[in-house]
Amino acid sequence: MRELSKISIVNRRSFLVSAAAVAGLTPLLVHAATTSSLTLDRSPKFEEDFAKLVGGATPVEGKITVDLPEIAENGNFVPITISVDSPMTDADYVRAIHLLSTANPVAHVATFRLSPLNAVARVQSRMRLAKTQDVVTLAELSSGQMLIATTLVKVTIGGCAS
Amino acid sequence: MTANPRIKLPDTAKVGDVIEVKTLITHVMETGNRHDKDGKLIPRDIINTFVAKFGDKQVFRAELGPGISANPYISFQMRVPGPGVFEFAWTDDHGVTTTATAPLKVA
Repeated sequence: MRELSKISIVNRRSFLVSAAAVAGLTPLLVHAATTSSLTLDRSPKFEEDFAKLVGGATPVEGKITVDLPEIAENGNFVPITISVDSPMTDADYVRAIHLLSTANPVAHVATFRLSPLNAVARVQSRMRLAKTQDVVTLAELSSGQMLIATTLVKVTIGGCAS
Repeated sequence: MTANPRIKLPDTAKVGDVIEVKTLITHVMETGNRHDKDGKLIPRDIINTFVAKFGDKQVFRAELGPGISANPYISFQMRVPGPGVFEFAWTDDHGVTTTATAPLKVA
């Protein structure tokens, strides 16, 4: 009995502490949903593919808008829209958009190749997400500059071995 | 296993308009990471490349991995240079290419 009451006290205390932490962190978490989450593990495959795609460039945040659900109920079928703020002229356009998963068995999900003929850098598809993770989008510009966006998606039922 | 390509274009467009081109094709997009009932690995079978041309000019290309959902849906934008015909090609892991064409009506 003593043991039990001890446990319940600890639980209550840790609950209060975590509740306070969550309350304090809420603005941060909201921010994380749209930009990045630094707490989730990233697969070695992701690091490998990411390094290959980025090459010598230093990716800069911004100018990419990624529409993904905050919570994906079905990881087999997650709609995604990627837009890059670019004039899409011969002098300045998005050459490619790379889509990467940080926790799928295969990290490189897709590469979309664009040109000034597109006029608007906006693509849509549907992706698989094995579990809750960051989705990383890279945009390769004609100047050689690389843009990056990180989007956290919470997955309820994982996409099977995607 | 690749079948039934579907294309959605605006009914009509004007020269200079930016239009959305929506494409969909029926395909299992087997990841190569799943096992069958007997525990045998099901070999990977996906559409790995999608190319869109408008009047012989490539306007869009996508290289896909197993992280793209079954029945891959892809949409992109294009500025209308004039009347013409779209030509789409989906290529799978067996090297089989399925094509579809769609005329764009320009008012």
